[in-house]
Amino acid sequence: MRETVNKQETLWLLAFSPAIWAIHFLLSYATASVWCAKISGRDNPIDGALLAILVYTVLALAGIFVVGWLGYRRHRIGNGNLPHDDDTPEDRTRFLGFATLLLSGLSAVATTFSAFVLFFFRRC
Amino acid sequence: MRGCVALFTLTILSGCTGVQSALDPAGREAGTIARLFWWMTIGSMIVWLGVIVLLIYSVRTRAESFTRRKARIMIVGGGVVVPVVVLTVLLLYGLAPIPAMLAPAPPGSLKIAVSGEQWWWRVHYLPPGQAPIPSANEIRLPVGEPVEFHLESPDVIHSFWIPPLGGKMDMIPGRKTRLVLTPSRTGVFRGACAEYCGASHALMAFSVVVQQREEFAAWLSHQSQPAESPQELLAIQGAHLFLANGCSACHTIRGTAAAGVVGPDLTHVGSRLSLAAGILPNDPNAFERWIGQTHDLKPEVLMPAFHMLPPEDTRALAAYLEGLK
Repeated sequence: MRETVNKQETLWLLAFSPAIWAIHFLLSYATASVWCAKISGRDNPIDGALLAILVYTVLALAGIFVVGWLGYRRHRIGNGNLPHDDDTPEDRTRFLGFATLLLSGLSAVATTFSAFVLFFFRRC
Repeated sequence: MRGCVALFTLTILSGCTGVQSALDPAGREAGTIARLFWWMTIGSMIVWLGVIVLLIYSVRTRAESFTRRKARIMIVGGGVVVPVVVLTVLLLYGLAPIPAMLAPAPPGSLKIAVSGEQWWWRVHYLPPGQAPIPSANEIRLPVGEPVEFHLESPDVIHSFWIPPLGGKMDMIPGRKTRLVLTPSRTGVFRGACAEYCGASHALMAFSVVVQQREEFAAWLSHQSQPAESPQELLAIQGAHLFLANGCSACHTIRGTAAAGVVGPDLTHVGSRLSLAAGILPNDPNAFERWIGQTHDLKPEVLMPAFHMLPPEDTRALAAYLEGLK
């Protein structure tokens, strides 16, 4: 199905990827903290929490990919070329789509950086 | 102008060495941190130089000479690919040493409990299989051995930091934190509180002496012994005054009736390198000043000033305390 221009453009899509990044960070932090404080204890393996963080990361990256893909489709509507700065509903949609795509890229990198902890920390 | 530049350079360079410099490492953990610092600094300089070169290039080049493809490569390559690659490398390099630095010391290692208190350090050596050995405001370590510090605080947040030996660790009321340090060379260093903790935060330091194993064992054995009785008349008089004036309500001198636990253990105070948590030299004159002008030297400290004592009593107390080797 082809993306169409909506005259009542919403900004919500733009915020989704950074929001997923923030939620991933908070969930990972909370899971590791609660796991260490209530379940495994200090100096013990953190494997259960790491598995949960791995699942969060896969889900987050998938969500960011979907949002990025939606942004890309809006960016490619019609024949508009960058920088999408015409004062028309079409270019506004393309601009927001392109910004969504770029923010999704940034969010994907940041989420991956947050998940690097998986490779280095094996204990609380 | 030239003088200002010279002064600025000297000020910066003075941080590169000395008893409290993180850039002159004397321990395994500090070496890791110093290496990390230099690589991050070099990495930052390369990034900065690259950005400046690109800036000059973009300003001096005519816009028409950029093809669409070349411009895209510049934007995507310089704006996305290079920063992501550089940041990833620096992040991985920065994360890699952390697990080893957070790991507990091997079983059988020496453990030292340190409590940060406004504004001094309560120290207990916990040698395996022996009773804790109390001390204060000074830490001695055997060279080449990992030592595990157990850190806590009864009042406010302090932070335990010996820059030449390793990173700092907060001491948080109600929690126990841990720090492992492995000194790699002998010498005398200086530690300090690295978290603002009140009026005399800047006056909360301590000496750190790294010794050969045999020297350290002999020193620790001596520290575990009670205080020797004074022999000189002035010091004997000081010992009586110490009890008569209520000093013993707050201070312990093992082997005497003084068993207070509010302030530092003074059993071997005369053998320490400094007084009042690293702010005074250890000599009779400094003892006299500390007893009589306590709050001038360390504002808001719990210990009351004993300026009401006659000078001869203060002198006797100083002679007694200085003699507690």
